[in-house]
Amino acid sequence: MTDGPPTVLAAELIRWSWIGDHLDDIRDDLLQHLQLTGLAVLFGMLLAFPLALAAIRWPRLYAPILGFTGVLFTIPSLALFILLIPFTGLKIWTALIGLTIYTLLILVRNMVEGLRGVDRDVREAAQAMGYTPARQLFRVELPLALPVIMAGVRIATVTTIGLVTVTALIGWGGLGQLFLDGFTLNFPTPLIVGVVLSALLAFAADLLLVGVQRGLTPWARDRGS
Amino acid sequence: MRRIRLGSAAAAVCLALLLAACGGGDDALQGGTQPSDKSSVIVGSTNFPEQLILAQMYAAVLEKAGVDVTTRLNLGNREVVFPALEKGEIQLLPEYNGSVLSFLDPKATATTSEEVNTALAPLLQAKNLVALQQSPAEDKDGWAVTKETAAKYNLQKIGDLKPVAGQLVVGGPPELKTRPAGLPGLKNVYGIPDFKEFKALDAGGPLTVSALKKGDIDVGRVFTTQGVIAAEGWVLLEEDKPLEPAQNVVPIGRTDAMTDQVKNALNALSGKITTEELTKLNAQVDVDKKDPEQVARDWLTQQGLI
Amino acid sequence: MDVLSDLIRWLTAPEQWSGPSGIPVRTLQHIWYSLLAVAMAVAVALPIGVVFGHIGRGGLLVINVSNLGRALPSLGIIILVFTLVGFGVVPVLVALTALAIPPIVTNSYVGMRSVDRDVREAAEGMGMTGWQVLWKVELPVAMPLIMAGVRTSTVQVVATATLAAFVGLGGLGRYLIDGFAQRDLPQVLGGAVLVAVLSLLTELVLGRVQTLVVSKGLAERSAAAAVGAKVQKAA
Repeated sequence: MTDGPPTVLAAELIRWSWIGDHLDDIRDDLLQHLQLTGLAVLFGMLLAFPLALAAIRWPRLYAPILGFTGVLFTIPSLALFILLIPFTGLKIWTALIGLTIYTLLILVRNMVEGLRGVDRDVREAAQAMGYTPARQLFRVELPLALPVIMAGVRIATVTTIGLVTVTALIGWGGLGQLFLDGFTLNFPTPLIVGVVLSALLAFAADLLLVGVQRGLTPWARDRGS
Repeated sequence: MRRIRLGSAAAAVCLALLLAACGGGDDALQGGTQPSDKSSVIVGSTNFPEQLILAQMYAAVLEKAGVDVTTRLNLGNREVVFPALEKGEIQLLPEYNGSVLSFLDPKATATTSEEVNTALAPLLQAKNLVALQQSPAEDKDGWAVTKETAAKYNLQKIGDLKPVAGQLVVGGPPELKTRPAGLPGLKNVYGIPDFKEFKALDAGGPLTVSALKKGDIDVGRVFTTQGVIAAEGWVLLEEDKPLEPAQNVVPIGRTDAMTDQVKNALNALSGKITTEELTKLNAQVDVDKKDPEQVARDWLTQQGLI
Repeated sequence: MDVLSDLIRWLTAPEQWSGPSGIPVRTLQHIWYSLLAVAMAVAVALPIGVVFGHIGRGGLLVINVSNLGRALPSLGIIILVFTLVGFGVVPVLVALTALAIPPIVTNSYVGMRSVDRDVREAAEGMGMTGWQVLWKVELPVAMPLIMAGVRTSTVQVVATATLAAFVGLGGLGRYLIDGFAQRDLPQVLGGAVLVAVLSLLTELVLGRVQTLVVSKGLAERSAAAAVGAKVQKAA
């Protein structure tokens, strides 16, 4: 099949037969990528919510929470994952914990900003109407804070999709595994497939979330901002 | 009302993701041992092409023997992957007896295959691991220089590096700096002083190959079975003093996962892997850019093993 | 807690501070890769964002292409370019520049668009040409957002420049990759701390630069505008 020894650095960019042979692996990688991202964002939201509420209820907590999470954010993702390995091994939890921490940081900030951004007048009107704090939160404040919160969810999701490729270095990388394979074999095809798919995935996720946001906040649409 | 429906739709999607993650089947989120009456094995590998070929061979013969196989390949270097084996996150690893021995016991002095295997057995047993039958094939760590460098500094044997090390840049995996058979070994056994610079790249991988080709390093750490050495006309420096012990390819697995079914399949394979065959297979992946799984299976079919 | 003492011991050991693999050299390499990438990104992204913002057309295209750029995985790009061109600094620069472009393009565009119509019309009424409006009116007003974009980019680039070590180059990422390979946890921790400190310093320094570059009157306006822009962007 091959004629003569080609050079070590492959000139052939996309070997379509490789893609055909590896559709199963690609599909598994894509699925793993989706699951890691989905779970990380979900856990992030579940954890960010109480933290955000705490920051609102006790405003003095906000600055330290923001500061601490801000510092965590500057830790290079690679380092965070590496540091978790001695504790959690090469299991999926290493990747998930690291990824969730990063989504947490983005989401807390946006949840607090969003909830704080709700007009005092609106809040006072709700109180005057006899809403309990819980009802007020869920029926009034959260819906109004939704645009800013969703902006955070969008950023967190796209960021996580990018980070999941780095988790390949600790064995749970979804599409990132394609990067490692391309690297080890010095062969561009899996690399190109990986880059294209993860970019498309991020783009699609972003569009999907914009759609979700529009669906959840129909009044914003009518105002036409 | 629409809002509520969308909200519950979103919640349903999240729940589905979670359930899919926990449910599994043979999907990517699984790891660790799974109890079943059929033997099942998770085959791992470190991160260079020969490992991928060997692991795919193991996977193929095990599948043929009716074992339930999952592969988790290209996971990193031994420092990462061996602990995964110890923890049971993978259950079988293609290894090299001499390297594992010095990994587990940096002071080990065994040199021949028999000595190495004897010294290795109790160390493995203490970790609930066992080495199966070894192959004749040996893949040793080597030092390569380009033809031009060899001519310029008159280099044929490793000992020839001694007078000129200070002028040369050496490249290899980061662990080269600390592993006994790496730079410390050159110093202790050959008396080679520090090189001009050490560039941390990879173990005979694309970084080292590219850097050696481009002249960013003068001496590169390679594996003796790599196809690229012959393809590029590089000079593999002779080991004139014993630095490295025997390095037979040997499957190392978790004792509880190495059932008779598994052992028989792998032992039948191991006897047939020779250094020449392994080098040829490596060349097909390294130089011809063929897919490791395909290369492994084609060879096994030729040998009548699958 | 002896992890902490190991870390401190590693950070204060004299070998770490001298020679080609010492902290100063690696920090300089790290800063060099980052600066180069941001400079190239500014050279490309700033004119595009400013011009499109001035004309007021093609904004959707600009922002969407820029978002697409944000979706590109840096590690993948580094490895891809490496596989095509081999060992050297090019793969890292390509990936880091690609990472730095989107925030600068987006912020420059939005910044230019945020100039009040009235202000622009007043300037035109005073007889300024298009160019003059751009330089003397729009750019200064857009400066806060542009600087914010450059800041975001730079901090992201500094944090991501750790990936240079993955393709055998220097920079602070070396401590992460080497420490990982050598099973030397204090080294990994040390590297992480150093990068975190560098990122924070970058953020602070650029914050100072921003206050110096932006005129006082605009600074207050821009704080309010930034929140408004965030909500607008979200919707």
